[in-house]
Amino acid sequence: MFDNVSFFVTTLLQGLLPTVIATVGGIVLATLLSFGAGLALLSSSRLVRGLSRTYVEFFRGTSELVQLFWIFFVLPVLVGFQLVPLFAGIVVLGLNHGAYGAEIVRGAVQSVPRAQYEGCVALNLTPAQRMRRVILPQAVVEMLPPFNNLFIQLLKNSALLSFISVADISYLGTERLNVAFGDQSLLIYSLMLVFYLVLSLLITLLMRTLERIGSARLGRGPSPMSQVPTTVDGGAR
Amino acid sequence: MLWDWNYAVDILPKLLRGLLVTVEATLLGSALAMVLGLVFDLVRRSGVPVLSLLMRAFIEFVRSTPLLVQLFFLFFVLPDFGITLGAFTTGVIGLGVHYGTYTAEVYRAGIDAIPRGQWEACTALNLPRSRVWIGVVLPQAIPRVLPALGNYVISMFKETPLLLGISVIELVGAARDAGSDTFRLVEPLTMAGLLFLLVSYPSSVLLRKVERRVGYAT
Repeated sequence: MFDNVSFFVTTLLQGLLPTVIATVGGIVLATLLSFGAGLALLSSSRLVRGLSRTYVEFFRGTSELVQLFWIFFVLPVLVGFQLVPLFAGIVVLGLNHGAYGAEIVRGAVQSVPRAQYEGCVALNLTPAQRMRRVILPQAVVEMLPPFNNLFIQLLKNSALLSFISVADISYLGTERLNVAFGDQSLLIYSLMLVFYLVLSLLITLLMRTLERIGSARLGRGPSPMSQVPTTVDGGAR
Repeated sequence: MLWDWNYAVDILPKLLRGLLVTVEATLLGSALAMVLGLVFDLVRRSGVPVLSLLMRAFIEFVRSTPLLVQLFFLFFVLPDFGITLGAFTTGVIGLGVHYGTYTAEVYRAGIDAIPRGQWEACTALNLPRSRVWIGVVLPQAIPRVLPALGNYVISMFKETPLLLGISVIELVGAARDAGSDTFRLVEPLTMAGLLFLLVSYPSSVLLRKVERRVGYAT
């Protein structure tokens, strides 16, 4: 049964690149949107808050697969051009997880002690300086553990792209390998799961490193959050 | 013409039937996840050397890999071992096991939050282990974790469309089928999205209220 292992692995490796591109692209877009929308949720303008709240609730309230199909099948009818599948996937992964990330950013910024704001006001810092120099450096460290969960979630959801035939690990494993070697499903799917496991371990490793750097810059030891991988929020949303 | 109301009304019953399947899968999957999560966590903290280590590894593994691939795994691999289940049943099991590893973390947090004194009192009263869990620990832990579990029910609801991958016709599948008959996907997919919003947004607002009442923020 192990005769084909090397063929399976080579085929799945071809799917690694699309999966990684979708994940990295999704992470970059999601991070940008998280900060944009998360800070907008804290804005003093009611309009800005409302817009960002709508974005967050809309993307958190609907299924990611619907969003994917909508952008891939419906949007072309409305605007007249179709997105490349991989690109559509990155956009959806980014938009969807950005909405979840916005709540993380909002929560972390709000968790910075009130006295820090007051100190900034007393020192006559401008709001921009206050945010950039004082609040965010402290908030970002708090954000890293939940962002780690979010990014792993994003990696896992990148498997959805196989529905719009992006040739990622899930697609190749199912459409190419399992179709041809149906009697070796156990091996094929175990290999696929291991691929994803390794990728998510890489994400965790990277985030832990960032966390250590972030805490060290603030002159703190490793955050207690890094010892307890997850609390109630778990790995999902 | 971008939006055809007659067509939208025509396909609505089909979509609602799909929604029903989605809701059924969510409810059954959640029930399974809530039971399995508790079992997973109890096994993990059982202290049996190899068993609790294996449990921990299993939980990490399932949490780190995509639900879609796990569904395929169950759907294609189980029959090789002589276990033939329908697509819907496979889907419910997949959802239940995947979310069971999430709820295991919820139970862990809930049980860890029980004050030490409660355990010590149980020891002092010489209660048997079963009474400690059933009579003291779980009745305090479970009500406090209910909102967190509820959050997972809502997120499971939004992930059930993955069952489409193993040919269960739920809401999104119904929308896609409706669209492929007529080559019009604008109405079915938009309506599917709105139906999701219509169910999940009120539920999450309600849940936030409950959460505030229980005084347990996630």
